[in-house]
Amino acid sequence: MVDAVIPRGPKPRPRFSRTNIMLYGTLIVVAAYYALPLYVMIVTSLKGMPEIRIGNIFAPPVEVTYEPWVKAWAEACTGINCEGLSRGFWNSVQILIPSVILSIAIASVNGYALANWKFKGSEVFFTILIVGAFIPYQVMIYPLVIILREMGLYGNIWGLVMVHTIFGMPILTLLFRNYFTSVPEELFKAARVDGAGFWGIYFRIMLPMSLPIFVVAIILQVTGIWNDFLFGVIYTKPADYPMTVQLNNIVNSVQGVKEYNVNMAATLLTGLVPLIIYFASGKLFVRGIAAGAVKG
Amino acid sequence: MTSVLVKDLTLNFGALTVLDNLNIDIPEGEFLVLLGASGCGKSTLLNCIAGLLDVSDGEIHIGDRNVTWEEPSGRGIGMVFQSYALYPQMTVEGNLSFGLKNARMPKDEIKKRVARAAEILQIEPLLQRKPAALSGGQRQRVAIGRALVRDVDVFLFDEPLSNLDAKLRADLRVEIKRLHHSLKNTMIYVTHDQVEAMTLADRIAIMKGGIIQQLDTPTEIYNRPTNKYVAGFIGSPEINFFEGAVEGGGFVTGAERFSLQGYTFQNGAPGGPAWLGIRPEHIVSGEAAASLPVTAEVTIDLVEPMGSDTLAWATFAGMPLRIRMDGQAAVATGDRIQIGFDPARASLFDKTTEERL
Repeated sequence: MVDAVIPRGPKPRPRFSRTNIMLYGTLIVVAAYYALPLYVMIVTSLKGMPEIRIGNIFAPPVEVTYEPWVKAWAEACTGINCEGLSRGFWNSVQILIPSVILSIAIASVNGYALANWKFKGSEVFFTILIVGAFIPYQVMIYPLVIILREMGLYGNIWGLVMVHTIFGMPILTLLFRNYFTSVPEELFKAARVDGAGFWGIYFRIMLPMSLPIFVVAIILQVTGIWNDFLFGVIYTKPADYPMTVQLNNIVNSVQGVKEYNVNMAATLLTGLVPLIIYFASGKLFVRGIAAGAVKG
Repeated sequence: MTSVLVKDLTLNFGALTVLDNLNIDIPEGEFLVLLGASGCGKSTLLNCIAGLLDVSDGEIHIGDRNVTWEEPSGRGIGMVFQSYALYPQMTVEGNLSFGLKNARMPKDEIKKRVARAAEILQIEPLLQRKPAALSGGQRQRVAIGRALVRDVDVFLFDEPLSNLDAKLRADLRVEIKRLHHSLKNTMIYVTHDQVEAMTLADRIAIMKGGIIQQLDTPTEIYNRPTNKYVAGFIGSPEINFFEGAVEGGGFVTGAERFSLQGYTFQNGAPGGPAWLGIRPEHIVSGEAAASLPVTAEVTIDLVEPMGSDTLAWATFAGMPLRIRMDGQAAVATGDRIQIGFDPARASLFDKTTEERL
């Protein structure tokens, strides 16, 4: 007790304490673990084939070339078709946009009705819908093939849109219902006293208040549908294959030389859309996920 | 003329009866307060009148129309909620005009009405602000304005002041009373705060378990509570109860016996076990006590000074006794003082039915 310091003011926090070293050390290791594959992919995609054959996968490219990217986008062959990934990209966009809009539109109205306009059996209905989320997709694949065939939508992009809309329904409805339940009930009552009906309250009170949850739903759906492989390969024909299926066909082709650089570039291109969505809307996403936890 | 008529109203949630065969007749221009502890059904009753809940049985009339099956917006009511329930994405002006737009009212008429309401409530400078930029009191004023612009016959208030701090609550209470004086609308006001009820109401309906215990003027409820629950609910500090029996015009409790001279019985002077209730403020202490019909000497156990008055605790006939004294009264724990009261100010309740004798 030589120099007893009188505790006063902010508590001193040493920068290199044992806890901090442990904490940041772990974080750095984990971050490196996840970043390394991405690094390898980017580096490889910028190398020419001769350089790749040398085998130093961690080495940065000696000669940077964008050739693999161009090839992946516009020239890579799947079967007899040599248009590259671009065709798959536009197919995916055509599938994505109507699926996202349709599924979110229906699910938000569902959630709103289940949260605010409780009817006899609405809880049972909701339970059944949620149970649907736990049934493995594989069980429903064949029945859906038959249903789509009977409707004349099998092998059609709209058939796939319908499938995505249906499979998005349980989780999205749950998301919206829980969000709308967190909106104070008195607001809903006030709107009713003010003479707003089902759609009036939905469009003019609830919608403007729920931007964050819509962003969450859009992110979930865009990434989910963009990354979908199974439904894409089952419910469409080769001309309409989404990007993921086409990527698989490029990467897994058994003939000829494995063009690792093209494969890496193709994979990065395919992953670009979800990545951009995350970066562009990260803040809103967090806000939407946290919504309901704090009343605002 | 009757403004709101509730006839045989019953509401069940499954097997649970929330409102049980209620009947209220509210004349035009009356300020009726529904008062009760939480869970007594007072808010539920208000929601039924507003049309936000479907009734299980009975009728609701507003004005000369039977509105039992009518939508809330078609009933000619305006409602103010505890949480203000302002639409957060709209400006104050948007909030005020929302209902009118839904009714497809011409634009200049909407403007006129919004301006008038804003003037009455003194919220003109706030019209372009969002609710988030308003204080609690301002928000509640906007919420009242939303009912005001619709030019309704009946205003419904659902604990409108419960979210405000004590000082603001007192201010807005006065404002609501002023508003009622100038508008002369029928108002139905739900609260659990007896001060609000006593100060605002023309008549108070005290509810418990979905049943109206007493529906009367504040004075009558305070002076002549109809049963033991009402007597205990109204008044702060709480009324003193003594367990005993009525015997030959007097009241016997423990070893004490005193006269009931001056007490008006509802029907004759029955005997038998009973409760005697006397409010702490009706117990007189010191010199003045000597001349009263009932007198006693007690020892003070505890003193709670509250500034404006002082609450002293004593024991009388084996039961705790609260005495409300002047704030300047010099009493201390252990003092022996002379007390007395006038039986005319007491209330007697039957021991088993707890009804007023």
